[in-house]
Amino acid sequence: MQKSTTLPPAPKKTRGESTLAVHAGEDRQKLGDSITDPIICAATFTFENTQAVVDFIEQKQPREEYGRYGNPGEKVIERKLAELENGEHALLYSSGMAAIVGLLMTKLSAGDEVVFFDECYHRSREFCTKHLSRFGVVTRQVKACDYEAMEAAVNDRTKLLVSESPTNPHLSIVDLDRFAEIGRRTGVETLIDATLATPYNVRPLDHGVDYVLHSATKYLAGHNDVLAGALIGDHEKLAPVRALRGVMGAVNSAHNIYLLERGLKTFGIRMQRQNENGQAVAEFLDGHSRVERVYYPGLESHSYHEIARQTMRGYGGLVTFLVKDADWRETGRIVDSVKIPRIAPSLGGVESLIEQPLVMSYYECSPEDRRQFGIPDNMIRMSCGIEDKEDLIADLQQALDA
Amino acid sequence: MKFRTRSIHVGNERDPETGAVVPPIHVASTYVQHQAGEWREFDYGRSGNPTRKALERTIASLEGGTHALAFASGMAATHGATMLLESGDHMVAGADIYGGTYRLLHKILSRSNVGITLANSRDLEELERAITPQTKLLWLESPGNPLMSITDLAACVEIAKRHKLLTAVDNTFATPVLTRPLELGVDIVMHSATKYLGGHSDVLGGVLVVNDDELFDRLYFTQNATGAVLGPFDSFLVSRGLKTLELRVREQCRTAEKIAAFLDADARIGRVLYPGLPGHPGHDIARRQMCGGFGAMLSFEVAGDFETAKRVVQSTKLFQLAVSLGAVESLIEQPASMSHASYDAADRAKHGIADGLIRISVGLEDADDLIADLDQAFDR
Repeated sequence: MQKSTTLPPAPKKTRGESTLAVHAGEDRQKLGDSITDPIICAATFTFENTQAVVDFIEQKQPREEYGRYGNPGEKVIERKLAELENGEHALLYSSGMAAIVGLLMTKLSAGDEVVFFDECYHRSREFCTKHLSRFGVVTRQVKACDYEAMEAAVNDRTKLLVSESPTNPHLSIVDLDRFAEIGRRTGVETLIDATLATPYNVRPLDHGVDYVLHSATKYLAGHNDVLAGALIGDHEKLAPVRALRGVMGAVNSAHNIYLLERGLKTFGIRMQRQNENGQAVAEFLDGHSRVERVYYPGLESHSYHEIARQTMRGYGGLVTFLVKDADWRETGRIVDSVKIPRIAPSLGGVESLIEQPLVMSYYECSPEDRRQFGIPDNMIRMSCGIEDKEDLIADLQQALDA
Repeated sequence: MKFRTRSIHVGNERDPETGAVVPPIHVASTYVQHQAGEWREFDYGRSGNPTRKALERTIASLEGGTHALAFASGMAATHGATMLLESGDHMVAGADIYGGTYRLLHKILSRSNVGITLANSRDLEELERAITPQTKLLWLESPGNPLMSITDLAACVEIAKRHKLLTAVDNTFATPVLTRPLELGVDIVMHSATKYLGGHSDVLGGVLVVNDDELFDRLYFTQNATGAVLGPFDSFLVSRGLKTLELRVREQCRTAEKIAAFLDADARIGRVLYPGLPGHPGHDIARRQMCGGFGAMLSFEVAGDFETAKRVVQSTKLFQLAVSLGAVESLIEQPASMSHASYDAADRAKHGIADGLIRISVGLEDADDLIADLDQAFDR
């Protein structure tokens, strides 16, 4: 099972992120000479005659066949995401969950095992513990960023190591080189959910990780109006995942694909602004007397600041904090007092959102479980949008001072 | 709230029924009423639509106005404003107006017996001399197209007020990020929302913005009576585009300034027309009138003739050869063969549109990538 431990050379990136975001993956001359890609709503694609069908099958021609197997607009997005992540190949799904399920269902069979860092998105872990368990897949969870524990959990049935970085809502940062190294040493493939990082801030494939997962609903689409998910990795490794997607059918729609492509055009400037807003809001909260603790990788006090500083270009728009001496009701009053961020789950869009994890995601958990997940009653998570940071800070100020 | 925050939140309030963070796209053409003869806010799609209304509220806020109207295209909006004029009236328009506006005024409006005089709006005395007792409207554009001439809007408003004229400004090139004409005393702001407001080359649209109830009522009456309204899907796309308007425009201005500096220092290039360059004749006014940026449109002349310029516009790899402007993709064109080809050679020369003139619309790509692209195209 020993594999080479040398890092693969990162493919050379020839153009800036913003140029890639606008142009990558698109044909320069498009259908009808339009400057934007058309929205192709076709459920099926026609063949000129019987021989054309035979040629398509025998010669494995790169054309469309039926909407569930692919759509020309989808391929544009897939090429764009692959280029942004410095990967060979990308696969688009109807949601982030559909994307991770697509990978897990391809890679894991009865008797196989998967190891998670325990700060991963709880719905991803739940899919494994509640659903894949019915098909005999074993899920192991180890403490986030405990690399020894992860390696110790690997055995000869392990097929996949999974983490998120940054994690949500604690914003722990995984040492991607170390994480990928465990995979290489043990011969197990690795997956990073990089939804919170985005390729603007870090590209996990450059660190030797095998697969990158995105809930493209968040920063990639960026306008809180699209659900989408994506996997990026090697062409060969993703081929069976693509085949299974065609069977399971969790493909995205033509209209969504267009909104995602349009959203990606401003990806570079949005990320730059959200990084700035996240840092400014985190620093403001850090200096506020009513705030007990701020989780933000850009703060020196953050447990993972050093690794974040070394590996990330910015730290995103998500900021988590604890309110000093507040019970859950008092914490909820602060959430209710802000005027700009809306109370809603999700993150990464142009509109700022705010939520109390206890209420929004863990309300039905026992206090013991919440303690174990690290979700205190006085925790607030804010996703900074692209509004003016002065407005966001003034709004938080009035809510905290109320 | 500051500009960018308003661009995201005004008109995009939480949907009261579903809580949706993005307002729904209302496609209904008609609205069910509670009682005969008692009209609710929306009755028929031409008269009003919630998605269009949301967009109109956002734009009104960004332009510092009280009301806005969204039209099917910029020309529909311009036409909507000029329908304020009646037979026997006269209007004065700046000399650097968009070709489509020129055509509307001279070929369509003229049929209604409305008199038109073009005057150089950079020369305030010439502008004032063009005003007659019948003049009702002054139409201006700044920066102008394709020479990026700058008109002193506040000074023109002073003249217009003295003669009791309405002033309308096509603010497409400047955008409300950089210039808000209503704050300078202008009565009507017009936009081709196709450009920076939509920002993604995928919507045709136009708007008029005012801050006077009576004027709004007159414009609304005309729009409702003539029907060139913006559709719900396009209204949604423009609203979505507005959320990143300030980020896009500021970044595009920064890139344009870098490109202008690169071109200005390049021996292969003749004149560079960009209001951000200290040598530009409108630079001082632009500094005052445009807040924190000089726009993302610029023109320049290559040494050589018509063929040289043609070769350059056909040799870029990132800049795409197309008319229109203001979007995330950078565009390049040769006015003599494209946007201003309908002028004859003598008229082009008179307007300063040389055969070697090239106009670019700077998009969102990295400045270094765009400069490298122009650099290689000049060597072809």
